[in-house]
Amino acid sequence: MSAATSASRMVRGRAGRVGHIVKIVFLALLAVLFLLPFYIIFRNAFTSDAGFVSPQWKWVPDNLSPSVITGLFSDTDLDLAGAMMHSAIQSVGQTVLTVAVSFIAGYGLARFQNRAAGVILKLTVLTLMVPAAVTFVPSFIMTSEFGWIDSYRGLIIPVMFSAFATYLFRQSLLGFPTELEEAAELDGANPWTVMWRVVLPNSMGIVAAVSTITFIGAWNAFLWPLLVARDNTMTIQLTLSRFMTSQGVDYAQLFAGALVAIVPVVIVFLFLQRYLVQGMTTSGLD
Amino acid sequence: MTSTPAVPTTSEPARRRSLWARIRGRQGRNLWFALFVTPFVVGLLVFVYIPIVWSAYLSFFDARATIRPTTFVGLANYEYLLSDPLFRNSMMTFIVFAIFIVPVTYACSLGLALMLDNVGRFRAFFRSVFFIPTACSYVVAAMVWRLSFFNGARFGLINSLLTTLGFNGVDWLGGTNSWYWVALVSLRLWLQVGYYMILLIAGLNQIPVDTYEAAAIDGASGWRRLRHITLPQLRSTTAAVQMLLLIGAFQAFDEFYNMMSTAGSYPPYARPPLVHLYMISVGGSQQDLGLGGAGTMILTAIIVVFGLAQNWWVTRADRRQA
Repeated sequence: MSAATSASRMVRGRAGRVGHIVKIVFLALLAVLFLLPFYIIFRNAFTSDAGFVSPQWKWVPDNLSPSVITGLFSDTDLDLAGAMMHSAIQSVGQTVLTVAVSFIAGYGLARFQNRAAGVILKLTVLTLMVPAAVTFVPSFIMTSEFGWIDSYRGLIIPVMFSAFATYLFRQSLLGFPTELEEAAELDGANPWTVMWRVVLPNSMGIVAAVSTITFIGAWNAFLWPLLVARDNTMTIQLTLSRFMTSQGVDYAQLFAGALVAIVPVVIVFLFLQRYLVQGMTTSGLD
Repeated sequence: MTSTPAVPTTSEPARRRSLWARIRGRQGRNLWFALFVTPFVVGLLVFVYIPIVWSAYLSFFDARATIRPTTFVGLANYEYLLSDPLFRNSMMTFIVFAIFIVPVTYACSLGLALMLDNVGRFRAFFRSVFFIPTACSYVVAAMVWRLSFFNGARFGLINSLLTTLGFNGVDWLGGTNSWYWVALVSLRLWLQVGYYMILLIAGLNQIPVDTYEAAAIDGASGWRRLRHITLPQLRSTTAAVQMLLLIGAFQAFDEFYNMMSTAGSYPPYARPPLVHLYMISVGGSQQDLGLGGAGTMILTAIIVVFGLAQNWWVTRADRRQA
């Protein structure tokens, strides 16, 4: 495609090149706009109260000191370190469990063609239309029935059975070369061993993609933790939200908290987005 | 079965073995299949299907602060909700919101995807930049939007720019006007556009190059190429993206809750259905799970109806060809 488009650009000559530059400039401005919120978080975290309420907007932070961050973690009322810990356990736990359960099921649905597989696939796709958040009232009732309020079980288990992840794995594994699996079967491997030793090691791209998307979703989750988490499992998003919607906000502290909260997920994202793009490109949605 | 006495004793286990063999399938394949899918299927049933059924059941009962209700009230919960102006407003507002935000997000994502298609060596950089808001949570984004961009005080970013340009500042989120929609919509666009852009880039990459070459030879202009090649070839991706956007629109909760609410109370305007259900069933003092169940059913029905209508609209050309 790039060959065809660059050819057409050559045909258009100078006007095309000007158009190209205009487009780059437009995209660059848009890129600045897209990155602006991230800069604002940084700017607000390191701006003093006086700088924040000054009627003339100040772009450059005036309180660039590490004590902003260290003070945040020593504030026991806020318990930011605890919230980070709860969020880490919840999101890593949910990611590992979701990927494990969905990968196994996705492999089963891709490799075994029978009537049950058809029915299960339909049930899975149907739940994509009725997302978990819409059914939060019944799920919450269920979870409190189990006595799972304010526990990691309650935070993780009701939301870890992801129809989306299973569907993505199934679509991606449909394209896995069966020759490899057949060769392993001839060597006497059973289907589980084939999946574990042959298919999984060769599917790390899609595993990384689904892991990234699950981790980001879990770390950023708000509604479900709002219902289930209490003091013992308060996640970082809840802490920030409660802090923000309460009266008398300490702006710098709040945004320093936000800065700390987005760092892990941005790091994960930057390292793994290649797989995310690839995984979404190869498995497709259709 | 023969007349010799020894045979009946052996035929019984033999028949049982054949039933067992049928369940196991060839080389035990059915058992392996069950091993693979059972954890997921059980989870799906217990945590998705049973709650929906339970909620449907509760919706016919007076279930205030209890989940084992005894008073059957028929359709009273539905009647109450459908005549409740707050719920009706919230439903209507979000139908309009969905009708607006779905095409706008789709158009922006498609625009970016098309622009990045032949942007040359900056492609990967721009793609990452537009994609990275996906990593940000609605809570953190709402903080930036509420306290910096759309802060109604003079020191808000947009208000201080307006003041510099000689205009008056705007009370963005105060509820004295409808400007809060600008804040809510722009936040949602910022957070979502990049994600759907990636899905659409994936769809664009699947269009065979030679269709474009043929069109270039025929001298088709950019607009005609888009209309007659790109959009039709992109149809299945479009259907999926629009479905996800639609579900997302009715699912709105996080950024609304975090931008509009103060100390646990939410204003009566710009109230997403989920926020309303949260207030009446779990979050507030009412604790009416019967109403919550009924609301869940109504919301689900609306999503399904809109989803089917949208699917019908996106695939109409396929049917015309058939």
